[in-house]
Amino acid sequence: MSISMNEHPHSLASGEHLLEVRDLVVEFAVRERSGVKGAKVQAVSGLSFDISPGETLGVVGETGCGKSTMARAVMQAARPKSGEVIFEGQDLTKLSNKDLQDVRKHLQIIFQDPFSSVDPRWRVKNIIEEPLIIHGAGNPEEREKRVTELLDLVGLDINIHGNRRPRELSGGQCQRVAIARALALSPRLMVCDEAVSSLDVSIQAQILNLLIRLRQELGLSYLFIAHDLAVVKYLSDRVAVMYLGRFCEIGPAELLYLQPLHPYTTALLDAIPNTGGHPSKHHEELGIEAPSPINPPSGCRYRTRCPRAQERCALEEPQMRFLAPGHGVACHFPNNSNTSEPRD
Amino acid sequence: MSDQLSSRTTDSTAAVNPVQVDLAGDRTSSGAPSPTLLEVRDLRVNFHLQRSIVPAVQGMTFSVNAGQTIGIIGESGSGKSVTARAIMGLLPKKTAEVLGSVRFEGKELLDLSDREMRQHRGKNIVLVFQDPMRSLNPTMRIGTQIAEALHSHQKITRADAHKRVVELLQMVRIPSAEQRFHEYPHQLSGGMRQRVMIAMALSCGPKVMIADEPTTALDVTTQAQIMELLRELQRELNMAVVLISHDMGLAAMYTDEVAVMYAGRVVEQATTKRLFKHVRMPYTRALLDSIPSLDHPSLEPLSVIKGRPPDLSALPPGCPFSPRCHFAQHKCEESPILETTEDGDRFACWFPL
Repeated sequence: MSISMNEHPHSLASGEHLLEVRDLVVEFAVRERSGVKGAKVQAVSGLSFDISPGETLGVVGETGCGKSTMARAVMQAARPKSGEVIFEGQDLTKLSNKDLQDVRKHLQIIFQDPFSSVDPRWRVKNIIEEPLIIHGAGNPEEREKRVTELLDLVGLDINIHGNRRPRELSGGQCQRVAIARALALSPRLMVCDEAVSSLDVSIQAQILNLLIRLRQELGLSYLFIAHDLAVVKYLSDRVAVMYLGRFCEIGPAELLYLQPLHPYTTALLDAIPNTGGHPSKHHEELGIEAPSPINPPSGCRYRTRCPRAQERCALEEPQMRFLAPGHGVACHFPNNSNTSEPRD
Repeated sequence: MSDQLSSRTTDSTAAVNPVQVDLAGDRTSSGAPSPTLLEVRDLRVNFHLQRSIVPAVQGMTFSVNAGQTIGIIGESGSGKSVTARAIMGLLPKKTAEVLGSVRFEGKELLDLSDREMRQHRGKNIVLVFQDPMRSLNPTMRIGTQIAEALHSHQKITRADAHKRVVELLQMVRIPSAEQRFHEYPHQLSGGMRQRVMIAMALSCGPKVMIADEPTTALDVTTQAQIMELLRELQRELNMAVVLISHDMGLAAMYTDEVAVMYAGRVVEQATTKRLFKHVRMPYTRALLDSIPSLDHPSLEPLSVIKGRPPDLSALPPGCPFSPRCHFAQHKCEESPILETTEDGDRFACWFPL
């Protein structure tokens, strides 16, 4: 098997999606609580999206909205209850665990806490070499060459860092190691689950720049999940806003931040502290906390916190509709893009 | 202040909480200049480890008045939290050497014995931590935990304590406080837990609150709610607040004055308005530039601070930021003096921007 860096034989016809997710549902059983037996929680309920080769889709949402569950379901780390995850033309939900191993060469994930995603007793070079061994890539010399290349790619030096153990690295360096390991088998899609959230701002900027460089050099696609809206906007071509297991808005990054259609997106944007020193407008302040997904509100799930909620919102669940090319919203009463003041 | 407080809750507050009444006497009315409550001068903390001495905080100086908020901003390892713990007298006596001066209402705290310090801690000066789950006892009902704080500082009957706790829970806007009293920490969301921590901190009517990354573990929406709550409570109680954070945006919105820390020292200190208008220290500038903001063009490389914060036990000579600084010159191998401008702003840099 070849392990060259530039191996990118796109088996896809042009215009085809790299990843297609259709009606993804993930359900968990809830432990018996206050007399309710056999309760189920739909952590992800009916998500559909796609990612083209070289594209980055950002997903934002609050804690507990199902972002990470979605990431794990795409990876088949927790098998979804229903729906399709079509990666390079193959429906992953129908593959056996053994067949999935082959797919995972091209589908990798990096997590929030780099230290808990690597073995603390291993040396950096072994950590990065492991996926190559598992997938039988090359002989020891070739592998060492590849590890050197990978470390170089993420801005580390094999002579300085190769023999270190994770505890001898800083948080940013350890995240670089996790990224190098994920890149070892030349993936096409990288799922980043809060990959920069635990890093200091100066280090976070370094890793963000690295992710952008990798995307340009290797043609990578990202499914980039984070709670920081500014970080997501910065890295993504398109952004989806998630609330209680569903997307409430999806659209091109610039447009979505400039003219949000869903009241929840507006509220999220208003909550960001800014260094400009103007207190945020707070005209759509989120009064109460998100309801539990165990017992989501009827109709629109956001209606309990929505300043614009009306009777219809309780009765009828809004479906995603596209008001502009690529800009969809699931709301009965979306912001009027003509009258809403542009935000800066 | 106490009448404002009791009007928010119920009329019985004053009777239940005598401390609140005493405090009101000490405090000046809002018209008079507010008194300096906490004054930190040349605070230094050295950790004596087996093989080395780590200077974690070097020469920290600031003061906060009633009703004022100062932000201490820096990356992890810059000495923010050590400063907070040194003020609270929470550092281990065996390994941590604390020098300088910390005065509360003119009284030196560093000279106090553990026993005397306990009188102040939790009553006059309180600390709110980042992670409410780890600061709350998971096996105790939240109401009981807050009552415990009350009992440890004042003579109060169980019934009165219960009443006061419910008032405190209402004060931090926890809905159905009566029922919440009997719940355990795991039954609450992160934001609610942080509200409980704040209620506990407020239980004895503190004059100074040190909030160490109070919203870092929370979502932006919850963060906005908690910060607004803190601001309202600060106004009601005329507290001095020390806000410790890594978030420049938070500092810009919720503080009156900002001290930026790097490698255990203050590198720039100014009123929030002036700091964000005119940054003098290259580190502060670099920190601001490395945050992706909403108006930053997508995919355009962020300006990055090269390298990483120095190891405190092996600091470079001179300015600790110089190895990472774009503007570093020969002179930077000498330690810069913390200069004070006419306005009272301070910065430590040979070549300010």
